[in-house]
Amino acid sequence: MTITSLIETPSELTSSAATSKCAVVLMTRIRLARNVAGRSFPGWADADQRSEILATCREAVGGLSSMKRSVNVAVSDLNELQKLILVERHLISRELSGSKSGSGLVINRDQTFSVMINEEDHLRIQVLRAGFQLKKAWNAINDLDSALEEKLDYAFSPQWGYLTACPTNLGTGMRASAMMHLPALVISGQMEKIVRAVNQLGMVVRGLFGEGSDASGSIFQISNQTTLGEPEEEIIKRLQSVLQSIVEHELNARQKLLEADPRKLFDKIGRAYGILQHSHVLSSAEAMNLLSLLRLGVDLRIFPEDSRPLIDRFLIEAQPGHVQHAAQDDLGAVERDATRAARLREEFARFPVPSTPPPSGPKPD
Amino acid sequence: MGSSLKCDLCSKPATVHLTQIVNNKVHKVDLCEACAQAKGVTDPNGFSLADLLMKASLTNESPTPTAMRCDHCGFTQAEFKKHGRFGCPHCYETFAAIVEPMLGSMHKGTTHTGKVPARAASRKNLHDRLTALEGELDNAIKSERYEDAARFRDEILQVKQAFVPKIEGSR
Repeated sequence: MTITSLIETPSELTSSAATSKCAVVLMTRIRLARNVAGRSFPGWADADQRSEILATCREAVGGLSSMKRSVNVAVSDLNELQKLILVERHLISRELSGSKSGSGLVINRDQTFSVMINEEDHLRIQVLRAGFQLKKAWNAINDLDSALEEKLDYAFSPQWGYLTACPTNLGTGMRASAMMHLPALVISGQMEKIVRAVNQLGMVVRGLFGEGSDASGSIFQISNQTTLGEPEEEIIKRLQSVLQSIVEHELNARQKLLEADPRKLFDKIGRAYGILQHSHVLSSAEAMNLLSLLRLGVDLRIFPEDSRPLIDRFLIEAQPGHVQHAAQDDLGAVERDATRAARLREEFARFPVPSTPPPSGPKPD
Repeated sequence: MGSSLKCDLCSKPATVHLTQIVNNKVHKVDLCEACAQAKGVTDPNGFSLADLLMKASLTNESPTPTAMRCDHCGFTQAEFKKHGRFGCPHCYETFAAIVEPMLGSMHKGTTHTGKVPARAASRKNLHDRLTALEGELDNAIKSERYEDAARFRDEILQVKQAFVPKIEGSR
């Protein structure tokens, strides 16, 4: 399949919307770092060695049954916009998109698996699932990894586990993460406290696009810090319990906001609704923040549950690359903000009117 | 006097004996008067045994500190200090003395307890078996037990055959 048709295909993130029980967790990701035995790591390998590894890995990954229908390309065959779209969908890293020649990627059709070749390690295997699905994600990636290991000879030491370019990934080579929507913790100024507590538990908090990115839309990535000295299942169990406790804090914070000053909260959400329906210039950061407030509105039953998928889709599609792509035109930053506003005006024109206060009664699942 | 300790740095008789605990590991060092003075051991505030040990091991093993180099990929210690990443999987063996002390503060433990790839595991078993058999073969030949030697030689061949197709099958 070609990159063009992959981009047109609905992805795990843009189509399946977090219908899982817990809307606070937008998506779950696990990635494994793997290297081929006896070969220099990508950062140290010369051009010939890189292209040899690239060819070997593309063939091995492409031959897996779960990757039957996939895009399998060298990064140098993609244009800047295509790379940006893949970054915005969390399918490749910024590092890979900016890499020198001799890197590649394999992504399956529904965009749940992606494999980066010659990023920091020979292989970065990733699984991505909408919602809070750490265990399912682990089972899926564990199977894929075992199948791949039958074709490739992994660099492995009984003492130190999977050998990776950077010692911080040594051992399991696993980074499990969840993307969390935490608007109430942000509004009530508790995020700093949460970050500190999470760090103490051996987990890391980052912005939407990883290291150094901001947390527009009150979306944060939480992942494990350490990779050596514990089995994968143990790391996942620890992360799971940290995530659950963050979810509880977020829900408590929402309750407190509602009790303390409901008018202020409804005002924020109502204004976000108004701007999305009537603005003519919207930056992607502002769009994210407005969508984030609407999403909070769905959780609080100010908007019906079935309006959530549209919001979740635009958390991805309001990003610069997606706006550019939808316009089918090379836009400057100003034009792009106008195009984004126009698309959101159109899509949110028929969005249900907020019902504040929200209808009482038992909360639907 | 024969059993008295020698200085770790210059091998004169040691008169200063130091024990320091770094990262839950006990390090001991024995020095002569002159070296102790020179390394500032007498000033307890400005002295770290870890630094001394690291420098001592470097001066003993290689003429210049930056000359430690991976014989598989040519990566050097200086490059690791600069980038924080290694050159190839084999570097972990080459630079084990540098990696090991880092891991304790970096990770939850220092030994892998997670998934083991089936092929690497079987390769390790075969490798261990081969090393053991080769040792047996040497012993048998030395003590002129030629029947045993023939048996070991056949087993070695078998193990080697089990090895080869698996690895070539990866291409």
